[in-house]
Amino acid sequence: MARTLINVPQKAKRGQVVEIKTLISHIMETGYRRNETGVAIPRDIINSFVCTYNGEEIFRAKLYPAIAANPFITFFTVATETGTLEFKWTDDKGNVETGTAKITVE
Amino acid sequence: MTHQPTRRAVVIGAASAGTLAAAPFLIVRPAAATPETMKAAIHKLIGESPVSKGKVTLDIPPLVENGNTIATSVAVESPMTAKDYVKAIHIFNEKNPQPDAISVYLGPRAGRAAFSTRIRLADSQTVTAIAEMSDGSLWSDSVEVIVTIAACLEYN
Repeated sequence: MARTLINVPQKAKRGQVVEIKTLISHIMETGYRRNETGVAIPRDIINSFVCTYNGEEIFRAKLYPAIAANPFITFFTVATETGTLEFKWTDDKGNVETGTAKITVE
Repeated sequence: MTHQPTRRAVVIGAASAGTLAAAPFLIVRPAAATPETMKAAIHKLIGESPVSKGKVTLDIPPLVENGNTIATSVAVESPMTAKDYVKAIHIFNEKNPQPDAISVYLGPRAGRAAFSTRIRLADSQTVTAIAEMSDGSLWSDSVEVIVTIAACLEYN
């Protein structure tokens, strides 16, 4: 569906707060625009974003048409253990895009 | 002798027909949210509980050129322990077609109650961020933003 960029530090100390940056390419069509012939363009946005850390949900976002095209979201988490972060974006058409990132905790 | 339309009548007729034909192509703007609909959206999401000012920092430029992408971040003062943490942060606007912008849900594992994203704004308006704490209290911050090029309303 779309290209994604995920930025997670490769290594972190136990208990350290790390910043996670995510970007996905998506048109984020608001549903409020019309084309040249006056026909409304149907809404197509990413409406949900979830991040899990070793299977446990750490961050969830509900997105509305007011989010700019190519949604960029950054947030924080505590580096608790070595493992995998999984990212999941869902859009109005039901398309799901996933991504993963590994983090090593020392 | 039959009546022939005069040159003047033909010109006037053509002009008024043109006006009528053009009418359907007038721009129809979607109904915009208002401060009242923003309040209604806030109540729908978090109930009627009172919202206090403070603890929340909404970082958004006060003057933006392009309403299509506005870097926005929210930080909330909180120890983020298992007993005292931020449950959710919401961003609302007054004048976009829809009052909600984004809702994020976090927990003590976040370590820091902050996030950033990019939003769209259709007009100069006040943007409000509200944080829901684990004890149920609500805190907010508002910023007035001037937008020179509005999002949402252009034809593609």
